[in-house]
Amino acid sequence: MLGIIAFSLVFILTFSIAARRFMAIRRNINLGKDELITGNEGKRWKNVLLVAFGQKKMFKNWIPAVLHLFIYVAFLFTQIELIEIFIDGFTGSHRFFAPYLGVIYTIAINTIEILSVLAFIGTIAFLARRNILRVARFQKPEMKGWPSRDANIILGLELVLLFGIFTMNGTDVLLQEIDPTHYPDSGNLIISSFIGPAVFGWMNKDALVFLERAGWWLHILTVFGFLLYLPFSKHLHIVLAFPNTWFARVRKNGKMENMPDIMQEVQSMMGISTPDAAAAPMEEIPEFGSNDVFNLSWKNILDAYSCTECGRCTAQCPANITGKKLSPRKIMMDVRDRAEEVGANLDSADEKFIKSDKRKDGAILSPQNYDDGKSLFDYITPEELHACTTCNACVEACPILIDPLEIILKMRRYEILTLSAGPSEWVPMFTSMENNGSVWQMPVDRDQWAKDAREA
Amino acid sequence: MNIPTLAEMTANGTSPDILFWVGCAGSFDARAQKVTKAFCKILNHLDISFAILGNEEACTGDPARRAGNEFVFQMLANQNIQVLNGYGVKKIVTTCPHCFNTFKNEYPELGGHYDVIHHTSYLQSLIDEGRLKIADGGPFKGKSITYHDSCYLGRANQIYEAPREVLEALDVELKEMKRCRTTGLCCGAGGAQMWKEDEPGKKRINIERTEEAIATGASVIAVNCPFCLTMMSDGVKAYEKQDEIMVYDLSELIVQQNQL
Repeated sequence: MLGIIAFSLVFILTFSIAARRFMAIRRNINLGKDELITGNEGKRWKNVLLVAFGQKKMFKNWIPAVLHLFIYVAFLFTQIELIEIFIDGFTGSHRFFAPYLGVIYTIAINTIEILSVLAFIGTIAFLARRNILRVARFQKPEMKGWPSRDANIILGLELVLLFGIFTMNGTDVLLQEIDPTHYPDSGNLIISSFIGPAVFGWMNKDALVFLERAGWWLHILTVFGFLLYLPFSKHLHIVLAFPNTWFARVRKNGKMENMPDIMQEVQSMMGISTPDAAAAPMEEIPEFGSNDVFNLSWKNILDAYSCTECGRCTAQCPANITGKKLSPRKIMMDVRDRAEEVGANLDSADEKFIKSDKRKDGAILSPQNYDDGKSLFDYITPEELHACTTCNACVEACPILIDPLEIILKMRRYEILTLSAGPSEWVPMFTSMENNGSVWQMPVDRDQWAKDAREA
Repeated sequence: MNIPTLAEMTANGTSPDILFWVGCAGSFDARAQKVTKAFCKILNHLDISFAILGNEEACTGDPARRAGNEFVFQMLANQNIQVLNGYGVKKIVTTCPHCFNTFKNEYPELGGHYDVIHHTSYLQSLIDEGRLKIADGGPFKGKSITYHDSCYLGRANQIYEAPREVLEALDVELKEMKRCRTTGLCCGAGGAQMWKEDEPGKKRINIERTEEAIATGASVIAVNCPFCLTMMSDGVKAYEKQDEIMVYDLSELIVQQNQL
């Protein structure tokens, strides 16, 4: 009875805290500009099934892909086991499904056992890749401190979870023989039938009962801990990869987002009639491009929260490879960190974050009147933005269809159009394009080559 | 060579099958002009009816848009679309993947709808149709050649095979670089980098890419983009290998192979 009460309390507490945090993330993602992303459902389903569920893009690099697959499939299967754990937790039963499912139960638990061993191999290999082999993409400057610790914490939790599962199953196998009425037969378990006698065989019944419970609680508490930790961690990708691939842009990578305001302005200037142009004259000088989470799309922020900091983008980035400051992964981390900062300030409801001209009595802090004197440019420097060759290598590399390039280009637009800044070398290029219609200012006609070729 | 302008053809009451969009590099850059002429040679050789816009052509606006200057892009793009629509242009061939990408993916939203094709895909279709026959035993037969994917033909538009099929028709020994197709390394010119110095770093991007090309042992680096052409040529020069390793556009390889 005590167990049921304890379990129910922990369960309610965990889910209510996690739900609050997930709602905060949802709010932070929606700090971005509203945008309806729809259409091409066939392609979107394909992306979710092949890219997120099927891990298709991971398999460009098969060693980490296989190791990741072990942990991923083990994780998916463990969800089935969790159903039983919840039932046992709430009702005080033990291995609720065992008597009903018989051989199917044995197969299911054995599948989980085998996957757990594979996940163990994967986890050890991942720890080694990060800490012993020191794979280059995990050693970049943006990975110093918390991001690296975050990764190791999750891998550590993974090991605790596996330790819990095998303690639970190993002692259970022995208890099934000692006390079959309370410990229903699970069938022969491929790993635990070996581990049980080998490790716990010398213990008496009381010790086994205690360890079985300890393993069970360790397992479920790690799962709950994981759920609470997840929304503070890069590991949120296990949830967000699915919506992120669904909402990913369905277009050629080469296409840049159009700016209808500017298009209409230019078209009306050129005397090209457009139906919308007359209806929407520009009232105040608008801001173009993005300098903060508020003028990025919500999809850009979803990208940022979905990023698991694997660094495949950065490893492919020509600028990063040749030693420039730009790292597409850092762009994503910066956008998420900025969204987190704004979110935390909004939660504080502190008046000092209200824009000074809107700070009157009774004003309540909201995303609409928010101003903390900072922007994304406090995280991302122009030098990083200027190093991008728009080559799409980062976009292509991302296993869950994150688009760092879109953010870089929106920030370039802000820099050029709103701040009138940018690399000074681009000024003559712009001038030449504006005045001569070509990227270079040349003393000859555009078709001089043709005139020469006709004569030759 | 016969290189009519669209204005001349229209004045004579005729219209070409294709408009050859030359682009800024193809018009003004001395090295890229050779590619322009090579492509015209092939068109002349096959009696394909084409025209250029000549002085009515302007930059597509790609570098301005990617630098962040949407106003300049919109000005040029809308101007070009007015000219093209005024002539009723339907089919455009470009020798530059940046122009190609802009026409294909970005002009439609602005009111410019054309059937646009990059010259490597066009050459490949001419070979497939049997119109363009590659001479047997030309200078590149059996020669080891590496192919550099441009970002705007490759990742931007997923065209990886057409240029390789052209090389296959040339009967060369294709030596792929380690980073090719979807993982092909940029030459360093895109996103308006062509018009500015590199940001501080350890190395120039074109040097990194050229090293990879040199490592294949190929004697020719084949490209499909005038900016890659510049970047790879500069890289080869930096290693003082300009006498051993040639950088050519695919159309130049065809012209030399067929001795046009």
